[in-house]
Amino acid sequence: MFLEIITPEKKIYEGEVKRVRLPGSKGLFEMLKNHAPLISTLRKGTIRVIDENDRRHTFEVTGGVVENKDNNVIVLAESD
Amino acid sequence: MAGLKEIRTRITSVKTTRQVTSAMKMVSAAKLKKAQDAILQIRPYADKLHQILVSIGASLEEVESSVYTRQKEPDRVLVILISSNRGLCGGFNLNIAKKAMELVHSKYSLQLRLGEVDFLCIGKQAERQVKLRGMKVVESHHELFDHLDTAHVYQLAENVMKMFVENEYDRVELVYNQFLNAASQLNSTEQFLPVEMENEEETKQFRDYIFEPSKEYIVQELIPQSLKIQFYKALLDSHAAEHGARMTAMHQATDNATELIKDLTLQYNKVRQASITSEILEIVSGAEALKG
Repeated sequence: MFLEIITPEKKIYEGEVKRVRLPGSKGLFEMLKNHAPLISTLRKGTIRVIDENDRRHTFEVTGGVVENKDNNVIVLAESD
Repeated sequence: MAGLKEIRTRITSVKTTRQVTSAMKMVSAAKLKKAQDAILQIRPYADKLHQILVSIGASLEEVESSVYTRQKEPDRVLVILISSNRGLCGGFNLNIAKKAMELVHSKYSLQLRLGEVDFLCIGKQAERQVKLRGMKVVESHHELFDHLDTAHVYQLAENVMKMFVENEYDRVELVYNQFLNAASQLNSTEQFLPVEMENEEETKQFRDYIFEPSKEYIVQELIPQSLKIQFYKALLDSHAAEHGARMTAMHQATDNATELIKDLTLQYNKVRQASITSEILEIVSGAEALKG
């Protein structure tokens, strides 16, 4: 699963990941490989990413939107 | 032919000018790098956001539901003109001002006659050009370029959006220089408000998606966000284009100065040689006269 996290200022993450947990408007949810296509808005919270080497990355966001399609996840994040 | 001293003074003065223009070129090149990075960073974000929005929007039956998409008779028009604060960047400001004039004269000539076209200027040069042509400037925000960050720009974008929602204006146009590369800009005009939802094929592409929490909610949420990003992008575009234009203009000026110095030096040497020759001639003929 390929993940990109983009803010208006810069791209803060790009790479293959095992799983990603996002603060969706309706609640926290996690995406794994082969997730169904999805578009969701995000609220303030933390994005937690587990990459291929089981390393953990976290990003604080204040909002945004995520699109998942064919194992490509694009997070358009807003942050301070 | 000019005297030796005059030519020498001119060479010195042209050299000083060249120093200034070449320094300005360097400064612009450095600033351009930063501005270019900023605009290239935001483009994928803005494009993706726009794509999602248009696609979902097109699949919605009630697009009219958002206050930002409501189509109205354009009785009152606001033109947002983005230029630079400083000059010395070639035709950058003049061209964009002309483009704006073209727009209001062709598309909004009726509103113009009724005095219902207002300008919001970002950049001192734009304001000057617009006032020179006798148009009404309602607001100007030259300070934005001092700190080009999302906080300040979003605030202005929100103000404009509020004016549209409160029916102060029925149509908002955005006129700015789009950054292509260091040497070229594209004068572009975009309709900022109301948002136009295109009914494209793309709709199908999003049919199988899961939407959280709902399509309607996402659209409502994303439209203002997308508008602010669009506004911010226009400013970044213009900012990068400005430095590109200035760099090119100053490069030209430096080249011209170099050329001028070459010509003047040649002329200087010719005059010097001519004066030496005539001096020798005088001495020789004087000596000849004494001999005889």
